[in-house]
This record gives sequence, C-alpha cells and structure tokens, in this order.
Amino acid sequence: MTANEPVLRVEGVVKWYGEQPVLDGIDLDVARHEVVVLIGASGSGKSTLLKTVNLLERVDDGQIFLAGDDITDPRVNADRVRARIGVVFQHYNLFPHMSVLDNVTLAGRHVLGWSRPRAEARGRELLERIGLGDRAAEYPDRLSGGQQQRVAIARALATEPELLLLDEITSALDPQLVGEVLDLVGELKAAGSTILMATHEMSFARRVADRVVFLQNGRLVEQGTPEQIFDAPQHEETRRFLARLG
Amino acid sequence: MDRITAGEGQRQPSAVEQGRVRYRRTQNRRSVLISVGSTLVFAVLVWLALTASPGWEQVRASFFDPQVAWESLPTVLVGLWTNIQVLAIAVVGVAVLGSLLAIARTLRGPLFTPVRILAGAYTDIFRGVPLLLVLYLVGFGIPGLDIFGRMPAQFWGAIALVLCYSAYVAEVLRAGIEAVHPSQRLAARSLGLGYAKTLRLVVMPQAVRKVTPALMNDFVSMQKDVGLISVLGAVDAIRSAQILVASSYNFTPYVVAGVLFILLSLPMIRLTDWYSARARRREQIGGTV
Ligand SMILES: Nc1ncnc2c1ncn2[C@@H]1O[C@H](COP(=O)(O)OP(=O)(O)OP(=O)(O)O)[C@@H](O)[C@H]1O
Ligand SMILES: [Mg+2]
Repeated sequence: MTANEPVLRVEGVVKWYGEQPVLDGIDLDVARHEVVVLIGASGSGKSTLLKTVNLLERVDDGQIFLAGDDITDPRVNADRVRARIGVVFQHYNLFPHMSVLDNVTLAGRHVLGWSRPRAEARGRELLERIGLGDRAAEYPDRLSGGQQQRVAIARALATEPELLLLDEITSALDPQLVGEVLDLVGELKAAGSTILMATHEMSFARRVADRVVFLQNGRLVEQGTPEQIFDAPQHEETRRFLARLG
Repeated sequence: MDRITAGEGQRQPSAVEQGRVRYRRTQNRRSVLISVGSTLVFAVLVWLALTASPGWEQVRASFFDPQVAWESLPTVLVGLWTNIQVLAIAVVGVAVLGSLLAIARTLRGPLFTPVRILAGAYTDIFRGVPLLLVLYLVGFGIPGLDIFGRMPAQFWGAIALVLCYSAYVAEVLRAGIEAVHPSQRLAARSLGLGYAKTLRLVVMPQAVRKVTPALMNDFVSMQKDVGLISVLGAVDAIRSAQILVASSYNFTPYVVAGVLFILLSLPMIRLTDWYSARARRREQIGGTV
C-alpha cells in the first residue's frame, strides 16, 4: 500500500432492500489517521454503509477497497477482512459468558492465532488504556453500560485493526455515560486510529471529526470539514437536517 | 448483604422499621408452623391408612424388610455401579450426537437442506419410539448382524440410550441455539471468527447455559432409564435386585434399588438448581437489541 492510498475506498456502492435502494451509489474515501463521521436522518443508510464495509451485508453494486484490496471480490476470505476491521455496535454485544479479559482476547487467540500470554498481554494493556484494568476478571454484567461499551471498543481494537467502524456507540447509553465513551474515541483519534463512525451526537462530531459526511436516502449529499458542514452547509437538504436538530 | 456490613452494629432502625420487622417475623413463624403442622397431619393420615389396611403386615414383610434390605445392599450397589458406567458413556455419546443433530437442524441455506431434513427425521423418529423398543431392536437386532463381534449387553444398552436421548437433547439444544440473540453471532463474525468458531466459542456456550435446566432434566430422566438396560440381561442394579427377589421371594431389593436411584439423582437435581440460578444472573445482559 502506498503512503497516500486511502485505508478505505468506497466506489459507487449500491444496496437494495427489496424494491428500495438503501445505498444509492456511495463514493467515499477514508485516509489513514482520518476520522470520518456519518450523519443523517434515521434510515438514511449509515448503518447499512458500515455493514457493507464490514461485509456483514453484500453490496448489490460498486466496490469497496481496504488498503487497496477489493474486499467485495467474492473470492476474498470475509473472515480475514473482518479481522482487519474493528466494529462497535450501538448495543455493546459483549459475550456474557466470558470475562471481560476473555472478551477482549477472543479474536487475538482464535482469529490471529496468538498464544494466550500474548493475547492477554495485549488485552490487559487495552483494558488499562480504557481505565478498566482492574476489572479484567469480571463478567460483563457487573459493569455499567458505559464501561461495557468501552470494553466493546477495546475488544474491537484487540487485533490492531486498520480501520475502526463505530455505529452510534453512545445512543443506548444514559446521558451521563456518553462522555466517558466519547472521550475514549477522542483518545483513539489522538493515537492515530482510522475511524469511520455514525453518530447523532453533533457536538461530538464537530469536536472529533476530520470530515463530516451527510447522507440522505442512501445518497452522499455533502461532505466537508465540521466547520463547512455545520456552519456553512451548501445544500438545502443539509441545512434542513441541521435545522431540525436545532 | 456485604454492602451494609459497615456500621451495622450502631445502626438503629426507626420505630416503623422495627414494627415491620416484628410483623414479618411473626408472619414467617406462623407460615412455618402451619406448613410443618399440615405436613405432619398428612403424614400421620397416610401412615394410619397404610397400617390399618388389611394387607399391611404382609406388604411390610415383603417390601420393607430391614434385614433383607441390608443384606441385598452390597449386591445392588455393585449393580448400580454398572448403571453408572453405562450412564457416563451414554452421556458423552448423547452430548456429541445431540449437538451434531442440533447444529444440523439450525444450518441455513439450500446446500444444507438434505442434512436438515435428515436430522429432523431422526429426531422425530427417536422422540416417538419407546426406549424399551429401541433397546430390544438394538440389543437383540444389531448383534444378529454379526458385524461387531460379541459385545456385552451394557454396550448395546448404552447405544440405545444414546440413540433415544440424543433426539431429546438435540431439540433442547436447538431451542437454546435459537434463543441466542443474532447480535451475538454478528459480534463474533465481525471480529473475524468463522462460522464454526462462532458456533463453538460464542453460540453453543450460551445456548447450553440457556437450556441447562432442561438438559439436566433429561439427564435425571436418563439416570433412571439407564435401569432399563436390565431387559437386555445386563447385571445392573435392577437386574441384581431381580435375581435376589427370585431367590428369596422378598421384594425389598427392588425398594433398595429404587432408593439408590433416588439418591443417585438428588445431587444432580440440587446442582441443576444452583447452576441455572448462577447462569441466569450472567445471562441477564447482552443481546438486548
Ligand atoms: N435488514 C433490512 N431489511 C430491510 N430493510 C432494511 C434492513 N436494514 C435496514 N433497512 C432499511 O434500510 C434503510 C437504511 O437503514 P439504516 O439502518 O442503514 O439507517 P441508519 O441511517 O443507520 O438509521 P439510524 O440513524 O436510525 O440508525 C432504512 O429504510 C431501513 O428501514
Ligand atoms: Mg443505524
């Protein structure tokens, strides 16, 4: 991969659910160390776009490249691709039958084939980083929602993914827990992670995004720096969407 | 409990709380007294009815003879050991075959349609056929084929148990697999785990925990059905008791065998309660989508 090659390149991606186009020709690049935030009304296709990138949904047209590799090629091993991408969902989806540490080490041990000591060293380092180093042996049900979501982020980071996909990771949290999760994302950005995320937290988008992308009805309407999008939107639809948020 | 240990000595409940505690205590004491009393009355009534019946003396002599019970105990215990061995082997077999059948039934996609149908037919058939019949067919039929050489009756008994109970266990496990929320699979797959590893590391452990009480019920019922291998001539607890009965014309050894089977199942029943309570607490999170 060359230095200026984007980590993620989405080219003309189309996705239909039945008769309805959910992604209608999306073109999007995410550069190394860049944080790109997807905004848009409910149903605009943010989650669907993230799922196609992670190969949880098959595209109906177009191509997706991860560090130059066409991952929409049916010959690629989807599991290998997914191991290169970290995902965190709205609902933490931690594995309830495993300790926090086992949640975080699962992929290292069983996908990358790391030894247990190596995976656990990496896992403990990550838990330390998210401020939960002392809860490694705990089961997820003993943690608060915010702590669980931070563990989910650590789990996604465990395999040192090239790209992190975050889908409304704070929308299931109580307002007072949102901050701790968003702070963690801010730290990841500072540490150089490449992130594509969907969120309804506009103030956070403004703070953390290198680029904001506005989707409407499966189309990429407008993209730009947070200042461009939030302060001087060029398109009528963007203005209306932001006005509705108040 | 451990949360209010600090300063418990000094804590002085208010008059209202004291009144509530007093009231609850008297209520509890009353409930306990009532249930103990009614149990005693019931037991005495049953006892009176039994002992007053005209044939009681005879029944007691031939079913509840302490002397015979004590003398038959070693022999029946040796027989029970056979049951336990067959049970242990059959449980492993059931775990393997039951899981395979359950997984086969949850496979999606046209490619697996034949597998799914075969597994479905298997479970339908073996849940419908009486175990006794399977025992006869397997125990007397298959040896007639003369391809396995001579195997002891215990072996065929274990096979029959595995065939039948795998069907039950497969259905229970399938329900458990389907009860694991799809988001758990999704989370596992997005970490890069393949289909088989997702099943083994994420889905099955949760599925088993969800249906542990049902599985343990099947196990308890297997613990007693293992006594049916006596019909094939295996010298187990029941067959040993039968031999003793035939030689002494006293039925007490059967009662001894019955009591031993109950004792055998009790630990498992207690374990079931304890384990499923613990598992339930853990399962309360996750997959809330
Ligand atoms: N599995 C599915 N089957 C059919 N339609 C679907 C499916 N998943 C999503 N859709 C539809 O696709 C459209 C886009 O959904 P998507 O979840 O991507 O929106 P979103 O932008 O993430 O919305 P939100 O902000 O509410 O999360 C919606 O109209 C939705 O109803
Ligand atoms: Mg969404």
